[in-house]
Amino acid sequence: MTSDTSKPGAAQPTTMLQRARGSDVWWSFTHSKSAMIAATVLAVLILTAVFAPLIAPQNPYDAAQLDMWKAELPPVWQEGGEWPYLLGTDTQGRDMLSAILYGTRISIVIGLASVALSLLIGMTAGLVAGFFGGMIENVLMRIGDITLSMPTILIAILVSTVVRQLLPSELREIGASAVLILAISLSAWVQYARTVRAQTIVERNKEYVQAARLLKVPARRILAYHILPNTLTPVLVAATLNFGMAILTEATLSFLGIGMPPGQPSLGTLIRIGNQFLFSGSWWIVLFPVIQLCLLVVVVNILGDWLRDVLNPKLR
Amino acid sequence: MTAMTVQKTPALSVDRLVKSFDVSAPWLNRVVERKPRQYLQAVSDISFEVPLGGCLSLVGESGCGKSTVARLVTGLYRANSGEMRFALGADGKPLSAQMIFQDPYASLNPRWRVKNIIAEPLRELKLRNSAAEINERVVELLKTVGLSASDGDKFPHEFSGGQRQRISIARALASEPRFLVCDEPTSALDVSVQAQVLNLMRRLQDEFGLTYLFISHDMSVVRHMSDRIAVMYLGRIVEEGDTEDLFAKPRHPYTQLLLETIPNVKHPHRDRIVAGGEVPSPLKPPSGCPFHPRCPIATARCSAELPPIRTLAGGTRVACHLVAE
Repeated sequence: MTSDTSKPGAAQPTTMLQRARGSDVWWSFTHSKSAMIAATVLAVLILTAVFAPLIAPQNPYDAAQLDMWKAELPPVWQEGGEWPYLLGTDTQGRDMLSAILYGTRISIVIGLASVALSLLIGMTAGLVAGFFGGMIENVLMRIGDITLSMPTILIAILVSTVVRQLLPSELREIGASAVLILAISLSAWVQYARTVRAQTIVERNKEYVQAARLLKVPARRILAYHILPNTLTPVLVAATLNFGMAILTEATLSFLGIGMPPGQPSLGTLIRIGNQFLFSGSWWIVLFPVIQLCLLVVVVNILGDWLRDVLNPKLR
Repeated sequence: MTAMTVQKTPALSVDRLVKSFDVSAPWLNRVVERKPRQYLQAVSDISFEVPLGGCLSLVGESGCGKSTVARLVTGLYRANSGEMRFALGADGKPLSAQMIFQDPYASLNPRWRVKNIIAEPLRELKLRNSAAEINERVVELLKTVGLSASDGDKFPHEFSGGQRQRISIARALASEPRFLVCDEPTSALDVSVQAQVLNLMRRLQDEFGLTYLFISHDMSVVRHMSDRIAVMYLGRIVEEGDTEDLFAKPRHPYTQLLLETIPNVKHPHRDRIVAGGEVPSPLKPPSGCPFHPRCPIATARCSAELPPIRTLAGGTRVACHLVAE
């Protein structure tokens, strides 16, 4: 185990790129228009969100940059619209485009982090339950069943409310995103756990695992090097689709007022704030965040569906 | 493999091995439907010896417990009772068994390169230390089983069934075993490839002084490979003897029946004794001799009394009331 290449299961970095270029997945990606378009749009959304501080005309978090005289300006192509407020401003004089870019950033970060955390929880639970079986499997999967029997959003509300109450008040503002990530993960891990458990049970009884057990390879190494890589394909598809779901759950929680605070608005928060001004005629405050949210979730879902079709040969 | 090269000390002696599986319905179903717990007796009271440097074959129909014995011997399953004793190796430790599996498509991890598959035993058992030494040994093993060094960089799906079985053999050899359990290593292969793999295994036996416990349902394969044969039926050994004795003079009616199933090129349309019925369920084994419901010569005694296994004059052991001395 001196060099990196001696690790079992490790692929050589030089050939990995070549392998990726020559793989079926790459081929069907370049031959699927919808996947290419969705990936391009997603790349643009992510890049603009990541580089929001460089692109956005205004820092919406910085109260000093907000100008109350410029509040509720319509988009530039409307009468009364003004540069540089391309998509208009909200009631605080905040530039909508900047708020959306920053909001997308928060939504994507929370989406990714909660998918990562729920993957960690779900895959660990699934691997352990599937491999060891018995009592531990029963306990883990029954917890999962109970979680599944409640609506996702309800669990998320429950978790975020409880954690929020437990946090000291000065931490609430800062910890908001962490609470959201925890709440979304705790409601979404079961799907991974079930997928991984089912796959683990199949792989556990295969002869290559028995061969490893004959060599007295410790269980955690069998799980990590033999079983885990063989359960990844369905998990990858589920994770992509759940990334869209996580963004939506975050938006819903923020819309309900238990997500991101107005000081650091996510797309959901923006929609909630904008919703109040819909009837006063300031439609742009709510519409543009909604469009951005829909676009983000739709392209993620298109990619997820495409990935599922590609990785499941039975659907081709 | 003549009987001359086989030494007297057994590499493995198995004494009265028993293994049953709990196949009960889940707890809730048992309570609701008032069903008792159910046990499947996969191996009942089996004793045999594998001669050092020799090859003992276990034969029998599907479900007779052959593979369970293989997994008991290698330690993948734990026996309910009975004893297994391995001979001591050169290092003073008991020999450990490695295994070659039946399904060449499930026995290699599809996501590992072949060289990593073969190197796994070297790393796990710390048989080689540096990456260079491991690499060198992997290439050596690939060549031993008739593959080339460049095959190490490929993935298992790039190989045919026979080649995969060679990779399996190379992996088993990597741990430098003296004892190999082969669980139907050729049953998933084409006949032409079967012969190649079997010949490879015999060559390796001579080269490395390996001892085989060979499991098969194919009598012709078994005849090619083994020094001794044990015929199993429903978890028990019904007859055990030297290969040529057993083929020349099968004693147990079940052995006679099995030999009848071998295709004969010279007499393709000969009349055969056809076994009536099917293998009884091991969940509800018949009373007395387990073979009596299908036995052409069964008597009343057979359905009442389990025949003990007796050793005959020539060293053949048989479990049948009706076989005379």
